[in-house]
Amino acid sequence: MLKDDPLPRVLIVDLARRRSWVEERPDLFAEGLGGAGVAIRLLEEECPPGADPLGAENPIILAVGPLVGLFPLASKTVAMFKSPHTGNLGESHAGGRSAVSIRLAGYGAIVIRGASPTPVYLVVDGGQVHFRDASALWDMRSSYTVGAVIRDREGGSGTRTIMRIGRAGERGVSYACVITETYRHFGRLGLGAVFGSKKLKALVVSGDRALPVADRRGYRAAYDAIFRAATASPLMQKYHQLGTAMNILPLNEIGALPTRNLQQGRFEGAEAISGEHLAENYLGRRLACAHCPVACIHLATLRTPYPNDPYFYKTTMLGYDHEPIYALGSMLGGSDVAGMFQLLDEAEVQGLDVMSTGVTLAWATEALQRGLISTAETDGLALAWGDYPAYVEALQRIVTQPNDFYRALARGVEHAAARYGGADFALACGGHEMAGYHTGPGGYLTYLTGARHSHLDSAGYSFDQKAAAQGETLTPESVAEALLQEERWRQVLASLVVCFFARGIYTAETVQQALAAAGCERSAGELARLGEETLRRKNAFKRREGFDPSALHIPRRILETPTPLGTLDEEFLRRAIAHFQAGASPARQTEPGEQ
Amino acid sequence: MAKRLSVLDADRCVGCQACMFACARRLGHGGLAGSCIGVRSAGGMRRGFTVVVCRACPDPPCVRVCPTDALTARPGGGVHLRHELCIGCGNCVQACPLRAVFWDRAQGKPLICVYCGACAACCPYEVIALEEV
Repeated sequence: MLKDDPLPRVLIVDLARRRSWVEERPDLFAEGLGGAGVAIRLLEEECPPGADPLGAENPIILAVGPLVGLFPLASKTVAMFKSPHTGNLGESHAGGRSAVSIRLAGYGAIVIRGASPTPVYLVVDGGQVHFRDASALWDMRSSYTVGAVIRDREGGSGTRTIMRIGRAGERGVSYACVITETYRHFGRLGLGAVFGSKKLKALVVSGDRALPVADRRGYRAAYDAIFRAATASPLMQKYHQLGTAMNILPLNEIGALPTRNLQQGRFEGAEAISGEHLAENYLGRRLACAHCPVACIHLATLRTPYPNDPYFYKTTMLGYDHEPIYALGSMLGGSDVAGMFQLLDEAEVQGLDVMSTGVTLAWATEALQRGLISTAETDGLALAWGDYPAYVEALQRIVTQPNDFYRALARGVEHAAARYGGADFALACGGHEMAGYHTGPGGYLTYLTGARHSHLDSAGYSFDQKAAAQGETLTPESVAEALLQEERWRQVLASLVVCFFARGIYTAETVQQALAAAGCERSAGELARLGEETLRRKNAFKRREGFDPSALHIPRRILETPTPLGTLDEEFLRRAIAHFQAGASPARQTEPGEQ
Repeated sequence: MAKRLSVLDADRCVGCQACMFACARRLGHGGLAGSCIGVRSAGGMRRGFTVVVCRACPDPPCVRVCPTDALTARPGGGVHLRHELCIGCGNCVQACPLRAVFWDRAQGKPLICVYCGACAACCPYEVIALEEV
């Protein structure tokens, strides 16, 4: 690493004692590189075994990597913590300006320890940490307003990140998110609730320093090649034009779009919620994360008439992607776009993960239909597919938690089903609500075996679609092996904090060139070992905290609704899980010369 | 002919800040220090972006307030900074109504656009362009 590179500086903030300091940790970044590789090591150091996820002992760790601020699309921050949602490894990634701001403020990682006795927000700027009173922001109805107030009060416009929570985080909803730059999220696994448990309303970081490079000519050459690829590649152009919502129609076509709590894989209203229809009728603006020329963030313009004021409209700009459209659209059987956007808006106002919210509401709708619960539990709400006013009300009650039923919903679908029944159609794997792909065994094996139980861990949904197109014959072992390889390589990308959308651009060779220019040279073998080791550590943390892959619950619904690769077989999935388990957590190999 | 930057259509700006990084990169380093172009949200991302560039005024207000003649008017519009004459008073920053004179905190001196067009060359969405005056 270069002498003047601030990457090894870890900012430690102790909320209980209201103190902060910097620790130089070149060891950590030499071993883990950055992002996930560094965050898991810090989590091992900071999070005691058996920690209460909502207790003061649960740390918040944010880590960026060596390429941030130097190269395009190295734009993610990795958050690690113990998840209040699964009670196990919490890891969530977000873009916006978070990574560039942290890196250019002069840090490679931020660790937040302890809990504040009163609401605070933190401002990291000019080498200092300021503790600001947030009692006036606590319990504010809308997370948008929280952002607006802080934006107005603090400096650094243009080179700062403002991470904040809504009421859902304050009230401990286990899948509350952290919102950054209004339209990006540390969405999954409940980082928002961890913020809330620490009385931490927001974290502002700003910075615009210079970063050294090892070799100016090599830097420019590597930069230009990556930038050209990012702006010229047809896939990147598609991310720009339609965004991830481009997936709705193709998935529906092959029968892989989860519909009405996955009772079907095709949705008759898919056209209305497709990326094409939304772009033609609602697209109002595109945004990019800092230092990403792709600009995949799509904002819809929603015009809502005020009921008692003729010709007067509220205009809302809402970020949409494939996942929110699946979770709040097809999964809830809704094709009323305005209604779907109103529900999405409420999720943003409250600060909830939309995927977990949609899947939980879908389970509740089916449970009500099947008579497992009644309107006594829902407190009079007759949840029905596509009834958005009812869903908006239910979402608000998940946050306010007026009774036991909503308190259960506030802990996710697996928890609610354990209490009220309906585990067969509670669509979570490893305690984490599924993403919008019913593509085949690969997709579900990613949800089941991925370290975060997230579709992005090893992208089995993409593996399935390729396998279907090529007519491949899959065995449990071949799927598990392919996903394991993918998840290992993604640990490298997550340590560099390169956006997964750019995985086609950041090949092993490109990564090596970029790292050499940044003064962090790594061989192909070292990178492969980094990926393997990072995944091994994440899975070791999970085992330490009680995760047992052989005890994974596979909801029956997954096995009932046919996928494009046929009806899934539990035995196939179990064998693949066993194979994955053996590969992902190998016993330490004996070094040459060791006995 | 002198050249200058022009903001063609700020509504097309996605806020990627590739221009700001390009401006800093011409100095041979990464990060954002030294950037003479500013892209920031126009009151939150939902409202889009403000793109601040030096528009190379024919009669630049920054020159008029420079007490040491470190800033001189460039033929055809715009300004030239002679670092050795600059005392870092910051008058020029105050004088520019566009806020297009940026500040180098490390050196305590202004950052003045040199109209090289590195930023425009990196803009993927035709927001800014280098034009002949």
